[in-house]
Amino acid sequence: MTLIGWIQILIFALVILAVTKPIGIYMFRIFEGDRQPLPRFFGPLERLTYRLCGVDPQEQQEWKQYSVAMLLFSAITLLVTYAIERLQHVLPLNPAKLGPVPADLAFGTASSFTTNTNWQAYGGESTMSYLTQMAGLAWHNFISVGVGIGVMLVIARGLTYRLQPGAPRTVGNFWVDLNRSVIYLLMPFSVVVALVLVWQGVLQNFSSYVDVTTLEGAKQTLAMGPTASQIAIKQLGTNGGGFFNVNSSHPFEGGTPLANFLEMVAILAIPAAQTYMYGLMARDTKQGWTLFGAMAILFFMGVTTAYYFEAKPNPVMQGLAVDQTAGNMEGKEVRYGVANSVTWATATTDASNGSVNSMHDSFNPIAGLVPLLNIQLGELIFGGVGAGLYAMLVFVLVAVFIAGLMVGRTPEYLGKKIESREVKLAMLYVLIFPLIILYFSGWSAVAPYSLSSLNNNGPHGLSEILYAFSSAAGNNGSAFAGLNANTPWYNVTQGLTMLMGRYLMMIPVLAIAGCMVGKKAVPESLGTFPTNGTLFVVLLVGVVLIVGALTFFPALALGPIVEHFVALAGKVY
Amino acid sequence: MADTRLKDRSLFDPEIMWPAIWESFRKLAPRHVIKNPVMFVVEIGSVLTTLIWLRDMIAPAPGSQPLWWTFNVSFWLWFTVVFANFSEAVAEGRGKAQAATLRKMRQETNARRLRNGKGEEIVRASALRKGDTVVVEAGEIIPGDGDVIQGIASVDESAITGESAPVIRESGGDRSAVTGGTKVLSDRIVVRITASPGESFLDRMIALVEGATRQKTPNEIALNILLAGLTLVFLFACVTLVPMALYSGMSTVSVTVIVALLVCLIPTTIGGLLSAIGIAGIDRLLRKNVLAMSGRAVEAAGDVDTLLLDKTGTITLGNRMATEFIPVDGISAESLADAAQLSSLADETPEGRSIVVLAKEKYGLRGREVTEIGAHFIPFSAETRMSGCDLDGRRIRKGAADAIAAHVSELGGAVSSQIEGITHGISDSGGTPLVVSDGNKILGVIHLKDVVKGGISERFERFRAMGIRTVMITGDNPRTAAAIAREAGVDDYLAQATPETKMRLIKEEQAKGKLVAMTGDGTNDAPALAQADVGVAMNTGTQAAKEAGNMVDLDSNPTKLLEVVEIGKQMLMTRGVLTTFSIANDVAKYFAIIPAMFMTVYPEIAPLNIMHLASPQSAILSAVIFNAIIIILLIPLALRGVQYRPIGAGPLLARSLLIYGVGGVIAPFIGIKLVDLVLEAVGLV
Repeated sequence: MTLIGWIQILIFALVILAVTKPIGIYMFRIFEGDRQPLPRFFGPLERLTYRLCGVDPQEQQEWKQYSVAMLLFSAITLLVTYAIERLQHVLPLNPAKLGPVPADLAFGTASSFTTNTNWQAYGGESTMSYLTQMAGLAWHNFISVGVGIGVMLVIARGLTYRLQPGAPRTVGNFWVDLNRSVIYLLMPFSVVVALVLVWQGVLQNFSSYVDVTTLEGAKQTLAMGPTASQIAIKQLGTNGGGFFNVNSSHPFEGGTPLANFLEMVAILAIPAAQTYMYGLMARDTKQGWTLFGAMAILFFMGVTTAYYFEAKPNPVMQGLAVDQTAGNMEGKEVRYGVANSVTWATATTDASNGSVNSMHDSFNPIAGLVPLLNIQLGELIFGGVGAGLYAMLVFVLVAVFIAGLMVGRTPEYLGKKIESREVKLAMLYVLIFPLIILYFSGWSAVAPYSLSSLNNNGPHGLSEILYAFSSAAGNNGSAFAGLNANTPWYNVTQGLTMLMGRYLMMIPVLAIAGCMVGKKAVPESLGTFPTNGTLFVVLLVGVVLIVGALTFFPALALGPIVEHFVALAGKVY
Repeated sequence: MADTRLKDRSLFDPEIMWPAIWESFRKLAPRHVIKNPVMFVVEIGSVLTTLIWLRDMIAPAPGSQPLWWTFNVSFWLWFTVVFANFSEAVAEGRGKAQAATLRKMRQETNARRLRNGKGEEIVRASALRKGDTVVVEAGEIIPGDGDVIQGIASVDESAITGESAPVIRESGGDRSAVTGGTKVLSDRIVVRITASPGESFLDRMIALVEGATRQKTPNEIALNILLAGLTLVFLFACVTLVPMALYSGMSTVSVTVIVALLVCLIPTTIGGLLSAIGIAGIDRLLRKNVLAMSGRAVEAAGDVDTLLLDKTGTITLGNRMATEFIPVDGISAESLADAAQLSSLADETPEGRSIVVLAKEKYGLRGREVTEIGAHFIPFSAETRMSGCDLDGRRIRKGAADAIAAHVSELGGAVSSQIEGITHGISDSGGTPLVVSDGNKILGVIHLKDVVKGGISERFERFRAMGIRTVMITGDNPRTAAAIAREAGVDDYLAQATPETKMRLIKEEQAKGKLVAMTGDGTNDAPALAQADVGVAMNTGTQAAKEAGNMVDLDSNPTKLLEVVEIGKQMLMTRGVLTTFSIANDVAKYFAIIPAMFMTVYPEIAPLNIMHLASPQSAILSAVIFNAIIIILLIPLALRGVQYRPIGAGPLLARSLLIYGVGGVIAPFIGIKLVDLVLEAVGLV
């Protein structure tokens, strides 16, 4: 570890801290304000959309209506994408004359983009036509984010609204939330970020590929394309699907240190800002900062561990003629080095982003455990846009319930009592996640048709399997690589895992909101369990780590943990 | 009748212990264990490991674990369930002991039922129905719950209250309720039966203390769901470990080891003690002589936000007392005291007696016999609103200021100008002024004061620290009420209260989302008692009040509400700390079991065995034994409850987190290591 490395990590954290409040206020005005920001500019576009779609923006939905709208919308967009993939050979904009995408891959990919996962089991240029890329996939980079924001808004409203007795228990309007998140938040932010990236040398053109002769005299073909605009939404929307195959480690995707830095900031900016918006909704910004605090502690725990272990030499290369003073540089860009690589790896898995600027597969075992565990904790360390906050709020409810009893009252959060129905739904949420990951990982660890996809065996192979399903269930999308995922088994199971990890977990969240929104809020007193402050931050971190990580500990013990000890003993698989 | 209370029973009374031990084995029956999902999983695990042990004994499979080890694991798994059952049995045993005594009272008695105007007939008490009227005379047992509709009698209720002094029961008013099984000591009363057999107060009390009607409280249900959820999560983690272990090169995965891991990870500590905590909560109330009609009520008591307290009897001693003599117009304090004493000698009201006492204590005036000194006592009448005596031509009177003023003017005297100032001053401070006159001359004023109970303001201070608001309910005028409220330190008061305003106050508080607790005894309290979330009826109160409340205080002590709230909080806290403890324990158990499990395929994992446990077998067995024993060790805590400290929720939470959260992480490291050392010392591993 170096001082300059730590300074970069700290600057990154400070910038995230700095943007949290302003973006949070902006988001609050978009979704909860009486008047949306910049009405002259965005207003007409918003109203036009409502008119075209026949949506009455004044109409309010109860949680069930909201859920139906959200699920229907997702199902239809999933089917549309699947259809485009399967029919791309008869559809226009297919100059390369690519055939239809195979059914299993088409399903896996459609699920991947609909669920904001952006797991890619294919090479884009050799599989997907331009129409598929644009109308089938890129579009999801915006709307799948909108769906996540919608669900987050619903639970935030459920917890913070104080309804009059007898008032309808409405939680918002799905179409309005979706529309506003795209028009007011994602589109303008993407434009700004894209322009800055272009300034920093990230490609944005429609040129044909360029053949060059390198300094060493070799011939090389440089891929071109409208990169910056893609990168912007890929980072901002915690999507993560790269324009180029090596994602943000590609010089045309990340290029300069500043571009790399800005892309990292773009991963966590909106998820961090959500906490402040939530604080405003709760009429107590300390509530938001408390969540931010817990997330920040978990972020630092991850980045410190990863940095510490990654700054160490790779034990496998000990004794070889390799200079390892800079740490384990395998699979890293020299211009980023260890510090920027582990920070990115931590951020991209804290949030359900999944873009990479280094290869997680090549990390030292414990450093590689960090991204894996980040995902397995439930993508709640800032987390995905929308998804991160609602995941954390579910854990808040669990923490309040467990510890709240300790002050001698029925646990309550923001004055609302947490009763058996909410506990049931929260536990359902907590249950589904490890269930799907462990179930499919366990199966894949013994079935011959899945084992044939592995490039490594031994504990590292198990880490790869665990990572693949964790990434899918967590809707992260990053890969540990080393695993050929484009097989019927992985396409189908990954597709199912992504859908379950998204929608089976959203339903309990929406239902909790439905239960909580109509509850009477008890005024705060000295006897009230404090959920805003250092103590709760510590408690929340403890519950996230114990409830979230204990489930995976046995599996992790057989993967990265044992690999660490085995590698120290000089054994290689 | 025997004292049925359990106040003096120690936590592990042999009378309770032995049946409890028997009971804890009887409760191994699956139909009982299935009610507790966590323990049911442990029981299935015990059956599985026992079967494996039997199989290995008959035909050992290659590579199976040693017989002694499998036996030990399954033995301790069985005992994990037994220990959990034991905790419940001990908790129930305390109630059962009490129920047995109560049941003796329900001995079959005969009743003298009145036929419609045609004399009486002898019937079995069990044949009585609601609405029947019976006659009970001295020496007879009252055959059922009812209201006295005729007569007055002293009744021995010690069977229920444990209080040996007889109480008066009379028709009409708030002392008309009688309880079946109590004994009439004097006189004759006619009782209208208000409960059919099997529904009487005594029956309900027996069912409650026995736990027969015990239903899970809302909070307990929610906690059970959480525990079941965690159990499921760990079940997945353990089951899916099998294919992953096979992948890692283990030839076989021992089911015994997987079961041991599972049982250690699922929250058995809280799962085993949960039901005992609930029963013990009701039991603790019972030992305070408060009968909770449901566990739900006890839980609600912990959540109370607002306490409504009757002024009289709860906050003040109940009667106004003379505290000061204030002479006017140069009269000496002694002569005022003397006149005041004379006027009150034959006055048997508490106020009158307190005047005599004050005169004696402050001015050394001894009590005199009215008849001895030849005084003629004038009793208080609503007409004159004065009382006093005529002695040697002196006409000494005391009474309300305006009554005495009228009396003095009538006799041609003048009303002192000082009087008005003094009486207003007294009224403003919450007291009552009594003016004393001798003939046509006013001597001075007696200050009668509502005396606030000692230590009461400290108690309210405690409540404020808990975040509970106290509201004093009084029939006094707002000025008096404010003064007393200030002195007692309550947060708010409701003056000139009527049943209607009281009801309105409760509803207002509830509309704000608050939980309200109150005490009451009269029939007119019944609607409010029913409306309140926690309604504690006094045992001396009417049947209607007792029916409406969800707790009955057998001692009829309104201050008890404060203890009720603390017991409710204690019950919730005990659940919380044991849950936290149970979950925190898992960290150490992982460090014991995981290295032990995988040592064979990955010997490099040895550094994870940070406790340096003797061998893989010892590690797993130690974790299982610790997991079982901790249940027994925590039974006293579960039954007694953790101590509640009114230090505010934040510090309280920090304290509990430190002791049971951090402590819960550390304790099993030490415990498992100790068990391991013992196993090694006895040469078992």
